[in-house]
Amino acid sequence: MYSENFRESLKAVEAAREANIAYEPARMTAQEKEDLLSEFHPDYKKSEFSTLKIGPNKGESVPHELCEVLEAHSRISPDDVDLSDIKYDVDVLIIGGGGAGASAAIEADKAGAKVMIVTKLRIGDANTMMAEGGIQAADKPNDSPAIHFVDAFGGGHYAAKRELLAKLVCDAPEAIQWLNDLGVEFDKAPDGTMITTHGGGTSRKRMHAAKDYSGAEIMRTLRDEVLNRGIPVVDFTSAIELILDESGKAAGAVLMNMETHELMVARAKTVIIATGGAGRMHYQGFPTSNHYGATADGLVLGYRVGAKLLYADTLQYHPTGAAFPQQIFGALVTEKVRSLGAKLVNRDGKVFMHPLETRDVAAASIIRECTARGEGVDTGLGQAVWLDTPMIEAIGGEGTIEARIPAMMRMFADFGIDIRREPILVYPTLHYQNGGLDINVDGMTPNVKNLFVAGEAVGGIHGRNRLMGNSLLDIIVFGRNAGINAAALSKETTVGKLTLEHVDAYEEEIKRAGLNPTTVSPKLLPDYTRRKQESKL
Amino acid sequence: MEKTVNIYLFGKQYSVPEDLTIMRAMEYAGYQLVRGCGCRNGFCGACATIYRIKGESELKSCLACQTKVEEGMYIATLPFFPLVKQVYDIEKISPTQQIMMQLYPEIYACVGCNACTKSCTQGLNVMQYIAYAQRGEFDKCAEESFDCVMCGVCSSRCPAGISHPQVAMLARRLNGKYLAPKSRHLEDRVKEIKDGTFTQLIEELMGKPIDEIKELYNNRDIEK
Repeated sequence: MYSENFRESLKAVEAAREANIAYEPARMTAQEKEDLLSEFHPDYKKSEFSTLKIGPNKGESVPHELCEVLEAHSRISPDDVDLSDIKYDVDVLIIGGGGAGASAAIEADKAGAKVMIVTKLRIGDANTMMAEGGIQAADKPNDSPAIHFVDAFGGGHYAAKRELLAKLVCDAPEAIQWLNDLGVEFDKAPDGTMITTHGGGTSRKRMHAAKDYSGAEIMRTLRDEVLNRGIPVVDFTSAIELILDESGKAAGAVLMNMETHELMVARAKTVIIATGGAGRMHYQGFPTSNHYGATADGLVLGYRVGAKLLYADTLQYHPTGAAFPQQIFGALVTEKVRSLGAKLVNRDGKVFMHPLETRDVAAASIIRECTARGEGVDTGLGQAVWLDTPMIEAIGGEGTIEARIPAMMRMFADFGIDIRREPILVYPTLHYQNGGLDINVDGMTPNVKNLFVAGEAVGGIHGRNRLMGNSLLDIIVFGRNAGINAAALSKETTVGKLTLEHVDAYEEEIKRAGLNPTTVSPKLLPDYTRRKQESKL
Repeated sequence: MEKTVNIYLFGKQYSVPEDLTIMRAMEYAGYQLVRGCGCRNGFCGACATIYRIKGESELKSCLACQTKVEEGMYIATLPFFPLVKQVYDIEKISPTQQIMMQLYPEIYACVGCNACTKSCTQGLNVMQYIAYAQRGEFDKCAEESFDCVMCGVCSSRCPAGISHPQVAMLARRLNGKYLAPKSRHLEDRVKEIKDGTFTQLIEELMGKPIDEIKELYNNRDIEK
């Protein structure tokens, strides 16, 4: 139930609903999109970026908040750590317990490697768990990996590394099959045909889903499989620096118990960074749809040992974050809501764009509606537009919402809004890190041997914008890929003497650049506490 | 001045703004959370919480990230609960009643008290899905339990010691792998890719100048 303040606008939305359902808004032309993005997308706001003064990407620009952690002090001095006191000794060390890490672990274990997952929260506390809408794969007769390629390449502004994107689309159907064979449930017709829908920017209906718990269903199944295989999961333990060996290849990590702060050494023949995204960095002050630990840790770990970043200046703002009520501010409202027919409507009940433009375009369009055009709804927390969810029931029949997007229905119902009868208020929320560490098609970084990266911590698979459903896909395809290749490489690797010299060298570089950082990184967790004064002890 | 309510975190009183969730209220009070906080959006089950309103007898449970504070709330978080997770090889088991008897025999000790259902933070009919599991009706168990976030509150209330979320997890995997209909179009496409059906198309795209791909992209035929 909305308060009186929203009445007038709500009435306009309701009055226009029938006509809006029938109305098919035009898609924007390439030029219109370009103009819109350059004026309204947060990535184009130059004042929000700084130039890196040190490291492999020196001279390139990244968001202020990322620059701060990349140029921060290490959490340790090499003297704090006794590298001969090895607590864990494994073939493949996986940092991160989300979908990419779990997929990598399963494949590396299958290949006979001794694997360990280390994660700063619990296995499954990850953005994978929160992915709602679905996973793309070109497996219908009217579709092909080539069409999938063109959709993703264009949607990403022709910036993706083509060999990575080609692997993504060609391995997609097999990734779905792999998941299904592990017991992941997908929405299917009685004859077994996958029920697939559009996502923003897709030209074929290739979005596979498990209601709107797609990521949760995938993650809990992968977690179950990791446990069934007896793969050790060291939880509530973060990696705070990578360890190299004397030849300069990745050879483990310094670990920290998140509760006791004890430091430990893990030695490994190969290391996979699968630490996920960065929503909790709150770039440009945006709220986020991301889980609590999304703080770009992997980018910091990799950068300090010399791994290069690619497209670290591009972030994805999901067009439809919950803008009201306050308790769920910034939470994800899945794109599937629009796939199922709900349109975006402004204060006056007018449909102002095609609901299935790519995410960057949709986000910029909503921002324009709420700023330059002044057609947003004032929620008391900020501006927002309506997402007219009752359209879904009108189009798909009563019960469609409960059957297809039960999580959305529950999230709003918990705070007194019945999305079957009332529209919801949305505004862009920080959702995905398009950029990340650069990898080759085998999953390894080009300039640090034996260091692999998988999942959201990778840059280059999607270019400068990612399509819905290509991230769940990427964590499976490139997670498995990294697991297989890291396991294989571990068999021919001998680890030399361990070193943390790079930590000292990085500190030197900070000094030489005249920087005077006041923080340490990786950040590990955001601080949302409100403490006026506290003891330093 | 915003309106505040009194809540009791592990028995200690704090005044917090009335429109905060329990999780935000803990942070407002000064807690830097490490345990009991995951996705913050109701999907991961990390923030299972039990509470009782002062003066009432009923013990309630919820997810701290999805529940607003109330006046007089006595709050204890349940950041971990020792569920029993049996290990098995998904390739070697079959979707028969036998498997539940073998792995989770305690489900047959259910006394029908319905405490699991009453305590479910997702409002699921937990006792019903356990009944389906007992009868080997894994498809129904999978559907009924689908929205489970595995927070473990149900199990904390169960006199029979059942680990409901793990029972449901097994049922869903059995359903997803063995019972749900197979997707022929998926199997066909995987085979086509292995046979190299699309190799040439993809190779052409790999070498195409950007302008030509732009043409392709901007003139795509979009399925209705």
